[in-house]
Amino acid sequence: MKILTGNDLRSGAVTWWNGTGWSLFVDDAVDVGDDAEEILAREEAARRVNVPYAIEATIDAGGHVRPAHIKDRVRALGPTVRRDLAVPTANKTGWDWVI
Amino acid sequence: MYRYDSYDQAMVDARVEEFRDQARRRLEGKLTEDQFKPLRLMNGLYLQLHAYMLRVAIPYGTLNARQMEALADIAEKYDRGYGHFTTRQNIQYNWIKLEDAADILADLAKVEMHAIQTSGNCIRNISADHFAGAAADEVVDPRPYAELMRQWSSFHPEFTYLPRKFKIAVIGSETDRAAMRLHDIGIRIVKRDGEIGAQFYAGGGMGRTPMIAPLIRDFVPLDQLITYAEACLRVYNRYGRRDNKYKARIKILVHELGAAEYTRQVEEEFAHMLSVGVEPPLEELARIATHFADPPFVSSKVETPFEQRLSTMLEANGGQGSAFGRWVRRNTHAHKAPGYVSAVISLKPAGGIPGDATADQMRVVAKLARDYSFDELRVMHTQNLLLPHVAIADLPTLWQALDAAGLGSPNMDTIEDIIACPGLDYCSLANARSIPLAQRISERFAASGRTEVVGELKLKISGCINACGHHHAGHIGILGVDKKGKENFQLSLGGSEAEDVSLAKITGPGFDEDGVVAAVEKVTDVYLATRAEGERFLDTYRRIGMEPFKEALYG
Repeated sequence: MKILTGNDLRSGAVTWWNGTGWSLFVDDAVDVGDDAEEILAREEAARRVNVPYAIEATIDAGGHVRPAHIKDRVRALGPTVRRDLAVPTANKTGWDWVI
Repeated sequence: MYRYDSYDQAMVDARVEEFRDQARRRLEGKLTEDQFKPLRLMNGLYLQLHAYMLRVAIPYGTLNARQMEALADIAEKYDRGYGHFTTRQNIQYNWIKLEDAADILADLAKVEMHAIQTSGNCIRNISADHFAGAAADEVVDPRPYAELMRQWSSFHPEFTYLPRKFKIAVIGSETDRAAMRLHDIGIRIVKRDGEIGAQFYAGGGMGRTPMIAPLIRDFVPLDQLITYAEACLRVYNRYGRRDNKYKARIKILVHELGAAEYTRQVEEEFAHMLSVGVEPPLEELARIATHFADPPFVSSKVETPFEQRLSTMLEANGGQGSAFGRWVRRNTHAHKAPGYVSAVISLKPAGGIPGDATADQMRVVAKLARDYSFDELRVMHTQNLLLPHVAIADLPTLWQALDAAGLGSPNMDTIEDIIACPGLDYCSLANARSIPLAQRISERFAASGRTEVVGELKLKISGCINACGHHHAGHIGILGVDKKGKENFQLSLGGSEAEDVSLAKITGPGFDEDGVVAAVEKVTDVYLATRAEGERFLDTYRRIGMEPFKEALYG
């Protein structure tokens, strides 16, 4: 599946396109199929997201969204060395899937 | 230390307001990200993996207690309670909001600090020997010259859009504690027949194409220092490769032209520049130098010789083998003033994150600087902090306070004193994580008690080819790479950033995370089994070569 991610313009926080807006939680990300470019252009122009881009992802057996690249998996959860700073509620399934 | 005059303050204050307006326009949608990005980068504001990151300049790593407290306040008020000290003697905050950035810059300006030129293709923060003005082996205090160069390079209109970023280091000793020859320009302040001048090295650097800077001028008189630097930059600015980002650093130009031809062009430009008259008057250098006068060292504390006093103090505090004794032996450095030492504050607790300090720790360090080091602090390029002027008599009390704050690790220049870039845990350029390796290696050596047995061993880890973790200059270097979506680590041996500068060589095929930790142990096993009396790891490597290590790793 293809999902969209970027950073919030004001806070810089990592965000994920959930179909209607931008969520802090990777599990909210939705498959955008062929609409990526159109959504990215519209959302960036409206300043609802900063430097957004499309990435490949999968859904695991538990129904969780898993970005394909390690960099985006780290972005999804937070620094692996500061797990106390993890994105709230995003680490319900532990950290094993990140690395 | 240097204090802003009204011109410095006015420039920094004006820049804050300029950036406030730029940030407001970005937030209101009047600037696109493409338009805003170069403006925020000129003020040290990056966009990293998890948030904006702000890099604050600490000129030649020198700051006072009030400034350190301001850094702590920023960590607490605007970030998540900590900061990260870097290999260029700066501090980075990892969780900055764009809407707070101008307020942070305003808070910095109140304590004579800023984030100007900590990014972009300009002359970056001038770095220097962290023991400047304190070291027993110092020939000339490099700080006035570093400050002069800071003032010259700040907002220099000709060098705002160089082909690539440009880093300058200044030292004043034979001993190189600033990786001087791995900078775009390295300057050693020297004394010849009583006259002070500067040796210029040009074209060094790490990154994807590491180079050791060749000497291009053995003696530049003091009243031509800025003119010569200007000539070096002019030739680079004119001929540096703007067509290819990966070949745009001065090291490529010097390498492609050859040091002799680059030098010839610099000398030609220098002769021209002398006629133009860009050199500031020596009175300005003298004015700057007054800011770096020695603090009032107390003569009553020097009645007995240094070694005797140190020995007596150690005996009274548990002896050489105690935790305090180990700290004194490892983390203090000989001072030019009798009865004093420089004390290294380790930001490398076993299993910790190299270079990170909490706001509370910063405040502890600030207080200790006030109480024991004439209100002076340094940031070391090794990602540690330093109290430059500590009376020997104060060491026991100082160490107790440091230890209580988790800052008393006795590990300077050991395998626990690892330089590590932020890596894939924070950095958008990284391919692999650096910090977890540093944590595992330091934890393992601390737990086994082998750190002291191994002795001096500088291990440096970078999470990508840009080499912010100085892996090319590590006695042992580790480079993280992306191998088909998995982290992989190349091991290299034999580097040094010191006066015996050398570039590390890759051992062979890379390792996964577990593998590279084990590989570091194997390499130290070879060293321990083959070292001669008094040899450091680097000495043994240079004597026996790569083969015994390769045999142990891949045999």
